[in-house]
Amino acid sequence: MGNNLDALTTIFTEFYYWLTVALMFLIHVGFCMYEVGASRRRNHMHTLLKNSMLIPLVTITFFFFGWWIYWAFPNGPFITGGIEWEAANANSPVSDIMGTNLSDRITGVFWAAFLLFSWTAASIVSGSVIERINSGAFWILAVLIGSGAWIIDAAWGWHYQGWMVQLLGYHDAYASGVIHAVAGGFALGVLVVLGPRLGKFAADGKPRDILPHNPWLVCIGLFLIYTGFWGFYVACNVPLISPEGIGGNITGETWTATTIYLTPTTLGAITFNFLMSLSGGMMMGYFVSRGNAFWTYSGGLAGIITASAGNDLYHPIQAMIIGGVGTYLAYKLHYWVENKFKIDDAVGAVAVHGYAGFIGLVICGFVLWGHPSSPYEGYAAINPLGNFIGAIIMFGVLGFLPGYIASKILHAFGLLRIPKEVELMGLDFGTALEEEAAAREVREAEIAMVNGK
Amino acid sequence: MNTTGISSWAVDLADVGAIYPFQGLELILLIIALIFWIWWHIVTFRMEFDRQDEKIRKYGNSEHITQAIEND
Repeated sequence: MGNNLDALTTIFTEFYYWLTVALMFLIHVGFCMYEVGASRRRNHMHTLLKNSMLIPLVTITFFFFGWWIYWAFPNGPFITGGIEWEAANANSPVSDIMGTNLSDRITGVFWAAFLLFSWTAASIVSGSVIERINSGAFWILAVLIGSGAWIIDAAWGWHYQGWMVQLLGYHDAYASGVIHAVAGGFALGVLVVLGPRLGKFAADGKPRDILPHNPWLVCIGLFLIYTGFWGFYVACNVPLISPEGIGGNITGETWTATTIYLTPTTLGAITFNFLMSLSGGMMMGYFVSRGNAFWTYSGGLAGIITASAGNDLYHPIQAMIIGGVGTYLAYKLHYWVENKFKIDDAVGAVAVHGYAGFIGLVICGFVLWGHPSSPYEGYAAINPLGNFIGAIIMFGVLGFLPGYIASKILHAFGLLRIPKEVELMGLDFGTALEEEAAAREVREAEIAMVNGK
Repeated sequence: MNTTGISSWAVDLADVGAIYPFQGLELILLIIALIFWIWWHIVTFRMEFDRQDEKIRKYGNSEHITQAIEND
């Protein structure tokens, strides 16, 4: 920090990212409420712990290797260059900036902002597999998506030097693809191997509704995810940077906020578009589901997710329309896939995150066609083909395939799914009986004291 | 004994970098942490399967399972 302006910028940036982390924590609280509300009473505590324990596991593995991957692989490697050893080593778990260091105030909070995205990616998968997956198997999958698959895609398509940005003109400012499509695709890959919950499909293949035990908790959980999503959005920006700091084609001395690609935008723009895409999604969700509360709230999320790829630039009415279109298609695709392929996605995560994210990338390629993907020379401009290929890479190559292959391996070792008897009695059943017996024993002892025995 | 490399704050902060204790031992810490992480997965997998076997042994009869489903 050479002078007071540098100091102010650094401390502001440090506090900015720190605040996003605190806000994004609410996403996880929301996911937990939502999942527990959607599960049946006999599975509550296991459902909660399954999701909660991804927090420490993804955190430590993101520290061990996830963050290193982001800085090492923007070139593929070997697509636009080799491994970025210098940047990667500076961000490795043994680097001295990965700890208390007075000469670097940003790495810790920037790492944490990315980490909270990692939790989100894993948590998206968690909801879809409830009530029949072994927690231990899920935690391995959570590490794979949270500290592996998503951060590789971030290096490729969510890094200012990422090869997808350079060659394809890939644009995904608020992570329609790099978080949502990849996590939705990963969840679908797991679900194909895991199979549906017992009783989900009748003998003739007709799907049955397994209703959430507490729709109120589900809806409040989704509300909390909306709240945390504000942190997610602003964490995707660089809050304040000079043209000199960017070092690209921008001239003059006007400082700006930028996307992760260092392309200029404003907090005002993303506030307009967040709210308008949320509104388009909620209105469409209400309409298409005929007033179903779960799909209305999920529609709000799907609306934001669809518009996220281009919400740095869209007009607010475009964001609203795109949010509505994505929600409509995601809803229809959810039930089509459920009927056709007998996929039991307990919370609609594949639709809300995967399909909406994929659709959002494709739409973005058309709507922002020709806009520079980067402030640097030589990068492809945003275009429909580039974003379509990007959507396939996100949903299919880095999402579905790793989820499918890892689940196949876990299944081959008998580790993936809980035994049938345990699924039927519920994951909490024995524990609940024992707790009830312990409570009864205490009550009887207290009554005995009252009676003077 | 000084574990952080800072024995006095009579310094120019512009010259100060890392101040966590035992600098230089990061690789050893990482190896310990990696072992703990892998161990944790193995042990908790075993715990989960043991608990499932116990549940099936104690409550895996049709009476208990029916009770669980009906009370849901």
